[in-house]
Amino acid sequence: MIHSLFLINSSGDIFLEKHWKSVVSRSVCDYFFEAQERATEAENVPPVIPTPHHYLLSVYRHKIFFVAVIQTEVPPLFVIEFLHRVVDTFQDYFGVCSEPVIKDNVVVVYEVLEEMLDNGFPLATESNILKELIKPPTILRTVVNTITGSTNVGDQLPTGQLSVVPWRRTGVKYTNNEAYFDVVEEIDAIIDKSGSTITAEIQGVIDACVKLTGMPDLTLSFMNPRLLDDVSFHPCVRFKRWESERILSFIPPDGNFRLLSYHVSAQNLVAIPVYVKHNISFRDSSSLGRFEITVGPKQTMGKTIEGVIVTSQMPKGVLNMSLSPSQGTHTFDPVTKMLSWDVGKINPQKLPSLKGTVSLQAGASRPDENPTINLQFKIQQLAISGLKVNRLDMYGEKYKPFKGIKYMTKAGKFQVRT
Amino acid sequence: MTDSKYFTTTKKGEIFELKAELNSDKKEKKKEAVKKVIASMTVGKDVSALFPDVVNCMQTDNLELKKLVYLYLMNYAKSQPDMAIMAVNTFVKDCEDPNPLIRALAVRTMGCIRVDKITEYLCEPLRKCLKDEDPYVRKTAAVCVAKLHDINAQLVEDQGFLDTLKDLISDSNPMVVANAVAALSEIAESHPSSNLLDLNPQSINKLLTALNECTEWGQIFILDCLANYTPKDDREAQSICERVTPRLSHANSAVVLSAVKVLMKFMEMLSKDLDYYGTLLKKLAPPLVTLLSAEPELQYVALRNINLIVQKRPEILKHEMKVFFVKYNDPIYVKLEKLDIMIRLASQANIAQVLAELKEYATEVDVDFVRKAVRAIGRCAIKVEQSAERCVSTLLDLIQTKVNYVVQEAIVVIKDIFRKYPNKYESVIATLCENLDSLDEPEARAAMIWIVGEYAERIDNADELLESFLEGFHDESTQVQLQLLTAIVKLFLKKPTETQELVQQVLSLATQDSDNPDLRDRGYIYWRLLSTDPVAAKEVVLAEKPLISEETDLIEPTLLDELICYIGTLASVYHKPPSAFVEGGRGVVHKSLPPRTASNESVESPETAPAGAPSNEQPDVIPTQGDLLGDLLNLDLGPPVSGPPLATSSVQMGAVDLLGGGLDSLIGGPNFVAPPAAAVPANLGAPMGSGLSDLFDLTSGVGTLSGSYVAPKAVWLPAMKAKGLEISGTFTRQVGSISMDLQLTNKALQVMTDFAIQFNRNSFGLAPAAPLQVHAPLSPNQSVEISLPLNTVGSVMKMEPLNNLQVAVKNNIDVFYFSTLYPLHILFVEDGKMDRQMFLATWKDIPNENEAQFQIRDCPLNAEAVSSRLQSSNIFTVAKRNVEGQDMLYQSLKLTNGIWVLAELRIQPGNPNFTDLEVSRLYFSSLSPRSSPAVPRTLISWPRLTLLLLKAEQTCMQAVGRRTGPLIEELRSQDSHFPTHTVCPEPCRGDWASQGATTADFRSPSAPPPSQSRPSEAVILAEGLVALVSPLPVLSRLLPQLELGRNLWRTCFLCRKPGRTPSAPMSAQAEVSLPASSGFPVRLRS
Repeated sequence: MIHSLFLINSSGDIFLEKHWKSVVSRSVCDYFFEAQERATEAENVPPVIPTPHHYLLSVYRHKIFFVAVIQTEVPPLFVIEFLHRVVDTFQDYFGVCSEPVIKDNVVVVYEVLEEMLDNGFPLATESNILKELIKPPTILRTVVNTITGSTNVGDQLPTGQLSVVPWRRTGVKYTNNEAYFDVVEEIDAIIDKSGSTITAEIQGVIDACVKLTGMPDLTLSFMNPRLLDDVSFHPCVRFKRWESERILSFIPPDGNFRLLSYHVSAQNLVAIPVYVKHNISFRDSSSLGRFEITVGPKQTMGKTIEGVIVTSQMPKGVLNMSLSPSQGTHTFDPVTKMLSWDVGKINPQKLPSLKGTVSLQAGASRPDENPTINLQFKIQQLAISGLKVNRLDMYGEKYKPFKGIKYMTKAGKFQVRT
Repeated sequence: MTDSKYFTTTKKGEIFELKAELNSDKKEKKKEAVKKVIASMTVGKDVSALFPDVVNCMQTDNLELKKLVYLYLMNYAKSQPDMAIMAVNTFVKDCEDPNPLIRALAVRTMGCIRVDKITEYLCEPLRKCLKDEDPYVRKTAAVCVAKLHDINAQLVEDQGFLDTLKDLISDSNPMVVANAVAALSEIAESHPSSNLLDLNPQSINKLLTALNECTEWGQIFILDCLANYTPKDDREAQSICERVTPRLSHANSAVVLSAVKVLMKFMEMLSKDLDYYGTLLKKLAPPLVTLLSAEPELQYVALRNINLIVQKRPEILKHEMKVFFVKYNDPIYVKLEKLDIMIRLASQANIAQVLAELKEYATEVDVDFVRKAVRAIGRCAIKVEQSAERCVSTLLDLIQTKVNYVVQEAIVVIKDIFRKYPNKYESVIATLCENLDSLDEPEARAAMIWIVGEYAERIDNADELLESFLEGFHDESTQVQLQLLTAIVKLFLKKPTETQELVQQVLSLATQDSDNPDLRDRGYIYWRLLSTDPVAAKEVVLAEKPLISEETDLIEPTLLDELICYIGTLASVYHKPPSAFVEGGRGVVHKSLPPRTASNESVESPETAPAGAPSNEQPDVIPTQGDLLGDLLNLDLGPPVSGPPLATSSVQMGAVDLLGGGLDSLIGGPNFVAPPAAAVPANLGAPMGSGLSDLFDLTSGVGTLSGSYVAPKAVWLPAMKAKGLEISGTFTRQVGSISMDLQLTNKALQVMTDFAIQFNRNSFGLAPAAPLQVHAPLSPNQSVEISLPLNTVGSVMKMEPLNNLQVAVKNNIDVFYFSTLYPLHILFVEDGKMDRQMFLATWKDIPNENEAQFQIRDCPLNAEAVSSRLQSSNIFTVAKRNVEGQDMLYQSLKLTNGIWVLAELRIQPGNPNFTDLEVSRLYFSSLSPRSSPAVPRTLISWPRLTLLLLKAEQTCMQAVGRRTGPLIEELRSQDSHFPTHTVCPEPCRGDWASQGATTADFRSPSAPPPSQSRPSEAVILAEGLVALVSPLPVLSRLLPQLELGRNLWRTCFLCRKPGRTPSAPMSAQAEVSLPASSGFPVRLRS
């Protein structure tokens, strides 16, 4: 199982180590540093690195490498999933997960890690339960603690861990009972030069924020459940019921949680809400090239596209760009060659465009590669797959909760080739 | 106010300050101090000096402070074991605490303190906690057993914790079940033999119930455990699959992959016609696709596993090509994996899309990725025949971009395409030639030269092109030099008139000016070929090349089956079985399968998979080719010659005489010192002992009077080690002839032909008396039984153990090596009955200290029966008498190499079912064939025999392993009468070639050309060496070349795997390697 954990920042310092079994010397990380050196970018460090006696499995998030050391055959996904869970927990506890924050809260971090693993076996990884065991630091609590001398370690047994619904703590009480659901869909797509779709798929999630008293039993039904053929559920969802009736029936955890995530695959016809017209040419003769892109709405079901940001990695040969946008602001970093254009809202009557010239290195040959355009955008009140919630019912409790549902579509990895 | 303040300290007297604070009366101050200590600990500072002060803070009601102290304890207890004892009392007290959280915490922490003394105190509290009423405590205690086992395994077993743990599998709480399974799995890893997770339908049912209710991590443990179970029939398999399928919808990818593993494994058992089978296939695709939308690290592991799944069951993902399209900002390791899977999924239906994508990738920035993309285009061309044309034109487009590395990579793959589709796309050669100057990588240059040489007749200026390369010949890498040499020879054979000068130039460059033995050798071969027989040269050099295989980089089916059982583990990430890479620590113990024993049933572990699972029977297979080569090298470079110089004439006498000669020098030598009697016999005792008990094995009624005892066939070479070829066999002796009964089974997907067999030198000179006759090609799933006659005139070398036999088997796929132990009784000759008088005389002469005794138990036979049974195995009763109610039998036997063994058997009739057979004396003697057979020249005892064999081995080594320098001298002096075939029996020679080796490389240097009246020195040298070591043809090829260059034989050896990678065997010529010495006078005739 998981032996040790090292936290390494991007400059290669180990700033935290935690051992769940015997102590593994930090020199084991030398193998990791070697691999890090070989990889050109931090993202490219391979996640599994063998060393003579151990295996190093790492994830890279928030500019920190979380490196787990294992000695025996352990499912690598298990370790990687766990590492991601650690990061999520830190984020949940401290708002952000960064080196200074972890150092500021080192004792809490240590206590949390100790609770999460026992001898390398996961112990409590649900943030609900962890928070019961070790209270997250808040300014108020710190003040109170210093005055009263109480601690941020709970002395309760994590009751939820033992009940049939381990994800929900008992004795929840709210004055305002409310349940909110956010349907968020991300489109991953690759669009080719001519504007036709090479591949497009939708990653959807339903995130919930449920603050209900007692032990409510909820059911959620959809208008078109047939869309959901590839789903992963929160453990609270009763799978049998879904299989037979296509209804989500569950006792929710308290607070924020992800009810389900789903995937609409490339085989289904996915609507593409935006298009990009581009005309980029690096000319051979002169050292000036032309650059022009226009963004416009496509199948948006009448909704506005907001928060549009266009980024593109220019070839190395590009020295500078002089561009003028019809709206929004743009920047070009001559060092990283990254062009970024913050467009904002798209007005269908007046399509935003970015035009201008590209100055190339004199004498250098025409760049071989064509830049790829990455697109970010948001569409409120629309789930692009067409998924719609039919109704939400509550059983088991007497009060009437306040219910809300929100839809949103975002760009995931949305790439346009030129 | 944050914790970072704990890091800022005044440098001076930091520890001292902390000490003062820890001993402060104020609770608050104490806690702050402990926090400071912990903070220092986390960044690796040594604060162990504060141990007593921190432990003092342990007795507190403050839960946080307690936890902090526990944290500290776990880290430092090891370094301060005596002080740690101070903490024990508090632990024991806490284990009784009314609050289950405290109880669990205490038992958890105690397990983490890796101090032996503490573990003793831990046992009682742990026992209580394992039976605690609170499941939270129970599940914590379950893990604690695993911890304790890690520290002191014996203690855990003695205390019976393992049984308690097994009971917890049927606990009512799913989390307790999951943790118990996890703990047991971990313990089982370090205890491969113990049947800890003994799964039966009842326990499986419990696990499946717990599976639905426990946490995600628990589900992983349970699923991994389920995967080790073998359902008894397809109905059970299906019902388990049905209950596991919902896990595919879990949000945790590790759960999903573990579920996939269980399903992939159990699917093997389901019939393909079943409706359910189809449903299951359909259900597997979406979760796998979903894994690809996770974080890149997860994607990587998932992709490695999908790579396996796609090879095993391509139908699952055949419609999902698009999800493997590479995204611009994927990390490089994800990109490369996706590319691999794209090629695997490429088919006629989607090839257009794939090609368009690949072309797109070829214009990306990352050089490695671009190269792989270009290579992928070539692989598509080879895989999907219909697309070849498009691929070629795509490659040509890419060459037009003139991007240097793209062009080079494209040329390398075009060469492969030429090999797959000969005479189809030659029109592109012109385009390729345009880029000749831009090639700077050896692989690309070599590929280009190959193309020019191969199609020399269609390229008008081929000679000019090759000549231009020749200018910088010595600056080229070996790869290019070799290719250039071959290409020019090809050119010469195609256009002899214009290129004579060129070929002479290259041959002299290669043979005279080069230090590279590979190159020199190949140069000589061509030179000699061309000079002796241009027609033969044409046949060899311009031989038809085997087509390269369609799919490359496929994993062997048997290995694939094994890896499927390891889905989701590290093995699946590395695509190697765990035994191949897990090393160090307990991993080795865990994965190394039990050695081959007779009792297969008892070692059968629950890991055995339904089909193609790792077999538990593992013969002593020589691990890897590399190792074997090392062995062979060692063998040659063996012990330095230090013994008494042996007359060369004895070499001619062969093995038997070597023994005699060795014996002479041994016995005659005044310096002989008897070795410690106790230590040495063990070497010999084991095989001999087991051989004897085999003979007496009366439960199996095989040992009939007609022939000697025959052991049942055992698997010698499992299919997974030999690319699908499984060999099982046994040895028999019948009417004076020894034979090896083999069963060859083809478990691969392709037809096997061209079988041949050879033995390494062994203790008794066993060698095949006839070539291995497999008449028809062996189709997949077919097996054939062969009886291979053996003789004992091969070369002798002492093996460890004595009866070890190393065998090389070759077929059209590869050469495989394994070793097996032969029963000694096959070597007992029929005339082993010693004259009675002589027996008595000999017996008396033997000193008592040369006695060896052992007992054979469980042998319900009387003297008569024993005698007759032994006789059937050529162990003869010389005399028999009855002393005090005990039957005494006097036995003699003779081994093939003339060694006599005398034995006295005492049979104690007692319990009719239980007779003690005691071999009270066992003597060995050796008779030199030259001396009169009636008088044993000397008798030696058991320990001395071992020494004798060692000596004999040394003399062998002297003859064989001597550096060639002196040997040449010897051979020279013997030139006139050195018989080439004395030692080597005819059938052994040149076997590989006669068995249809594809190229000329196995043509051993046969008799000197008839035209030459007197063999030249070089021929003699080669022949002599070959003759000496002939039983193992590998060696015969290696030895002469060892002198010439270590690498040559290695290359020719490795080159022989056909179609491994499309670019490896460039031409058949690469394999040609004949021994020759430098300065061999050759005139060029043409």
